[in-house]
Amino acid sequence: MSVVTEVSPDGQKLTIAIKGRFDFGRHQEFRESYEKLNAKPESIVVDLKEATYLDSSALGMLLLLRDHAGGDESHIRVVNSSSDVKKILAISNFDKLFDIS
Amino acid sequence: MQAQEPLTILIAEDSAADRLLLSTIVRRQGHQVLTAANGAEAVDLFRRQQPSLVLMDAMMPVMDGFEAARQIKLLAGETLVPIIFLTSLTESEALVRCLEAGGDDFLAKPYNQVILAAKIKAMDRLRRLQATVLQQRDLIARHHDYLLNEQRVAKAVFDKVAHSGCLNAPNIRYLQSPYALFNGDLLLAAYTPAGDMHVLLGDFTGHGLPAAVGAMPLAEVFYGMTAKGYGLAETLREMNAKLKRILPVDMFCCATMLCLSFQRRSVEVWNGGMPDGYLHRMATGKRVPLPSGHLPLGILSAEAFDDHTDVHPMASGDRIFLLSDGVIDTSDANEQLFGVERLQQVFAANREADRLFEDIEQALRDFGGEARDDVSMVEVSLLEYAAAQTPAPVYSDSGQSSPLDWSVSFEFRGSTLKRFNPLPYLLQLLLEVHGLRAQSGALYSVLAELYSNALEHGVLGLDSSLKRDAAGFALYYQQRNDRLEALQDGFVRVHLQVRPRGEGGCLLIRVEDSGKGFDVAKVMARPLEGLRLSGRGVGLVRQLGHNACWMDEGRSACVEFFWGIEA
Repeated sequence: MSVVTEVSPDGQKLTIAIKGRFDFGRHQEFRESYEKLNAKPESIVVDLKEATYLDSSALGMLLLLRDHAGGDESHIRVVNSSSDVKKILAISNFDKLFDIS
Repeated sequence: MQAQEPLTILIAEDSAADRLLLSTIVRRQGHQVLTAANGAEAVDLFRRQQPSLVLMDAMMPVMDGFEAARQIKLLAGETLVPIIFLTSLTESEALVRCLEAGGDDFLAKPYNQVILAAKIKAMDRLRRLQATVLQQRDLIARHHDYLLNEQRVAKAVFDKVAHSGCLNAPNIRYLQSPYALFNGDLLLAAYTPAGDMHVLLGDFTGHGLPAAVGAMPLAEVFYGMTAKGYGLAETLREMNAKLKRILPVDMFCCATMLCLSFQRRSVEVWNGGMPDGYLHRMATGKRVPLPSGHLPLGILSAEAFDDHTDVHPMASGDRIFLLSDGVIDTSDANEQLFGVERLQQVFAANREADRLFEDIEQALRDFGGEARDDVSMVEVSLLEYAAAQTPAPVYSDSGQSSPLDWSVSFEFRGSTLKRFNPLPYLLQLLLEVHGLRAQSGALYSVLAELYSNALEHGVLGLDSSLKRDAAGFALYYQQRNDRLEALQDGFVRVHLQVRPRGEGGCLLIRVEDSGKGFDVAKVMARPLEGLRLSGRGVGLVRQLGHNACWMDEGRSACVEFFWGIEA
């Protein structure tokens, strides 16, 4: 599994971890990771610790997640980005939409 | 067991008794039977009746089973017509010959009915499998041809849309891989009515047709608004709103848009999500990066969209280089990316500025990267003002309804001045007067100059002498943004008066502002030529219009345009 989902015991926090290349190939798994949940979690964390690469369709997937979580009302953290991944997020100025660390 | 579909089976057997026996068995199993007494008859029957399966005796007069099998396989082509050899031969060599001649199986005499039925059934399965594979192969090939043709037609249409601007202008050089558009890359260029040049390099998310569809609406807004005289901010706002409205959430367009002004010798830049562009100053050899400062187009709502641009002064011959991420994201066999540092090494090693694209391509080849089909590069250079040619717009109406005697006044106040650009509207209005159309470029330049003077120096009180050097230039535009943001009151008034005059007519433009005015005599004393970064506006108005004059201590500017007669 290259997309691993974990929901905190109280169901409030969803963590989605991506392993390897984060590109169009992950589309289905990534969408399922949050669409299959019955309850909407309070907070969402996307863990990119083991993501090696991120392309523009991955950025699109993050936008889909953000839209699903309520658009401008959502709060999504993108954590553990490598410096390469951070660079890609920075060029697109995604720090204006996501809390990136 | 599933009932078997009846087949037409050809039996080739020289012994009449065996032939009769076999025919009876096969018929009883529900199949239709054709019979031949030798190989030649078998081939002839096959040609005429196309049976689905052949039971073939090996040893026959006239033509033996081996030769008949070869000929039948040849006639059948890609279709699988199974041939089962009937043989009393037992030596392995003879059995091998059966298979080599094209036989698919063999059946030893005397015949065992159960085994014969099972073999016919097994061969029929194979035959069907082959038929299905062939059918699917043909279907895929047809779909593939269809897709290629669709892509070819779409490419022809998209190429027309994307290239209907001025990409062939003498100051533009570009390089795009042939199907770059189908990987989402888009390059547009067009002249504004004032002779400035708008250039956009964009990169949609995704690949293939979905990535290319956004190009149409984007190009439409780009060309439409540029031709009407809208600036970068308004055009970008409209493009963003349109893409936001029509694209799915996960699709967006990274883009860098430029407004290159030959007349002001400056470039205005907006970069949302594209790799750094570079302003190459020829005098110093320095490359000023033009980094992304915004989210790509099509993500933010119209209210949240940030249309803030940066303005840089340019000297004649300076170049701007833009590229898509296909260049720096080209990866080698070990998934190493080409990267910005390697690109900058190419910059540093580049000796002939005109060969930059070739140098970059060579570096990509040396890097051993897999060739990508989304490599776009464009270089735009600043020409001397006179060298930049604006083609005259073409109008389709007859001119019978041209209004020739009217006047109109506008007053644009504080909050309107912040965002609204009245110039395209004013120009549209004036171009209803046919006599003015031939000078639309000059007209727009003068209107734009008078309006921005009234707004920037009048209402906002900006000091044009700031623009003397590059640092001051940046400061000037910073102050412009800040003061515009804080603007509460103030006004710019525009009066237009059109009067018939002899065979032609005359347009009087008067622009007033609420500012402090300036020392008219001092500014007018400056020579028309040789002005540097600042104060060029006044000279331009005097050159392009007639009887330009400033009154009310510089708070009111007048200029006239004539047509149809010698002024």
